[in-house]
Amino acid sequence: MSTTGKLKSSSSELDFDRPNIEDYLPSGSTIQQEPHGKLCLRDLLNISPTLSEAAGAIVDDSFTRCFKSNPPEPWNWNVYLFPLWCFGVLVRYLILFPARVLVLTIGWMIFLSSFIPVHFLLKGHDKLRRKIERSLVEMMCSFFVASWTGVVKYHGPRPSIRPKQVFVANHTSMIDFIILEQMTAFAVIMQKHPGWVGLLQSTILESVGCIWFNRSEAKDREIVAKKLREHVLGTDNNPLLIFPEGTCVNNHYTVMFKKGSFELGCTVCPVAIKYNKIFVDAFWNSRKQSFSKHLLRLMTSWAVVCDVWYLEPQNQKPGETAIEFAERVRDIISVRAGLKKVPWDGYLKYSHPSPKLKQGKQQNFADSVLRRLEEEK
Amino acid sequence: MGNSSSMLTQYDIEEVQEHCNHTFTQQEIVSLYQRFCQLDRNGCGFISADEFLSVPEFAVNPLSQRLLKMLYGLNFKEFVAFLSAFSPRATVENKIEFIFKVYDTDCNGKVSFNDMLDVLRDLTGQFISEQQREQVLTEVLEEAGYQKDSSLVLSDFKKILGNSGLKMEAEVHLD
Repeated sequence: MSTTGKLKSSSSELDFDRPNIEDYLPSGSTIQQEPHGKLCLRDLLNISPTLSEAAGAIVDDSFTRCFKSNPPEPWNWNVYLFPLWCFGVLVRYLILFPARVLVLTIGWMIFLSSFIPVHFLLKGHDKLRRKIERSLVEMMCSFFVASWTGVVKYHGPRPSIRPKQVFVANHTSMIDFIILEQMTAFAVIMQKHPGWVGLLQSTILESVGCIWFNRSEAKDREIVAKKLREHVLGTDNNPLLIFPEGTCVNNHYTVMFKKGSFELGCTVCPVAIKYNKIFVDAFWNSRKQSFSKHLLRLMTSWAVVCDVWYLEPQNQKPGETAIEFAERVRDIISVRAGLKKVPWDGYLKYSHPSPKLKQGKQQNFADSVLRRLEEEK
Repeated sequence: MGNSSSMLTQYDIEEVQEHCNHTFTQQEIVSLYQRFCQLDRNGCGFISADEFLSVPEFAVNPLSQRLLKMLYGLNFKEFVAFLSAFSPRATVENKIEFIFKVYDTDCNGKVSFNDMLDVLRDLTGQFISEQQREQVLTEVLEEAGYQKDSSLVLSDFKKILGNSGLKMEAEVHLD
């Protein structure tokens, strides 16, 4: 995941993803000057509402809160707690960690020694090959989950493999994918990563069917939308798993869902994932650490405990736009996992907000000034 | 003052409180420090323009560019002093002084017609023509008794903005 600090202006295509932000922001936050009577100098000079909004944003804002990784409260500041904690550290780093690395290595060995032959030898028998590869990927994911001592409780009916359906889930870290994948071999749509993750993506994940996108390319959206549609219509493809937030969020909030997955004309099955932070904070703060460091942290913690809920499949209601549909599903997932909703596009992590938002505010003020001038006449 | 994620000492807090004329409580200063460190991602001791603009709520504010110039290179102590005008404990005079500073970009103690026009342009964008803007501003200035080519000073601002309740506040959340 690239962590460069350079922000670029978002392409205009991203605008259509957002429902009206004003519907979400609390009513007190819009410029609230009630225009009455003649326009006087005071009205033009008094910029205090705008300044208050700016200062409010500097002091605290709902967007940054979504990506705050709260450090765990230290509890080892006592004479008897500290040795206990040290003992815990020793167990975690010297006993658990090597054991987990061993488990993972064994898993990789079994996986590669089965996957590679099957991939090449069964080239002709596609159906059988894919079935075996699917089971192998599921198995490998189980090994991964075991390597963090994952305690995952699945609620709800197991996803069935049917055509014309997509699965959407909230996103906290790339391990979301692994946790879901160990139960069902999903096809997934992901940002192409560099390094060893990218290698994994292009070789093994290809076998379950993956779609790549590139956040930084503006035209990419149309290409990806086309690929999504093709995949969903194919009967033999694995069910598609999409993270509509488009970025990792800290499992306390959800950012706006991109409407792309909701305008494919198929059933949307929401999946909610909630991690228990007592054991480890599973949020992958991609701005702060690489995926390897993140994995390392998981492997040296006690356990990764989470709940996964497979929720009732939803269809687009008649008269409902794709954006409203997306927000309705986001609501379902947020309520189930106990997450708060914020009205921001996750991509704002990587690009500046569209100038249209600023222009909206300017237009409001301009309109109120012009209106009061008219009133005088 | 310590570097990014280190804790503030009691001395540091008192120094900052002194500098902002006690407009913030000690708890609020600690909270602001956490926020400062959160925004100052590369830990260089001040918040760069890019880091401020990464807050979408700030980036969409029409006066953001103007405020960025005022916020440039401020360390934590100066950052708190900057925000002191938004504290509920700040006097109306403090708030008016702040507003004056926003207008008076060249810091010469005078706000000219063009200065006011600049701010009005920031606030209204392309939705009012330049001509109309000038016209409106000239009209309201004349009505208030000021000539178009005269500059306003701080006392004028205090007179114009002083009487009716000026509300300019930002709440500091205490964890």
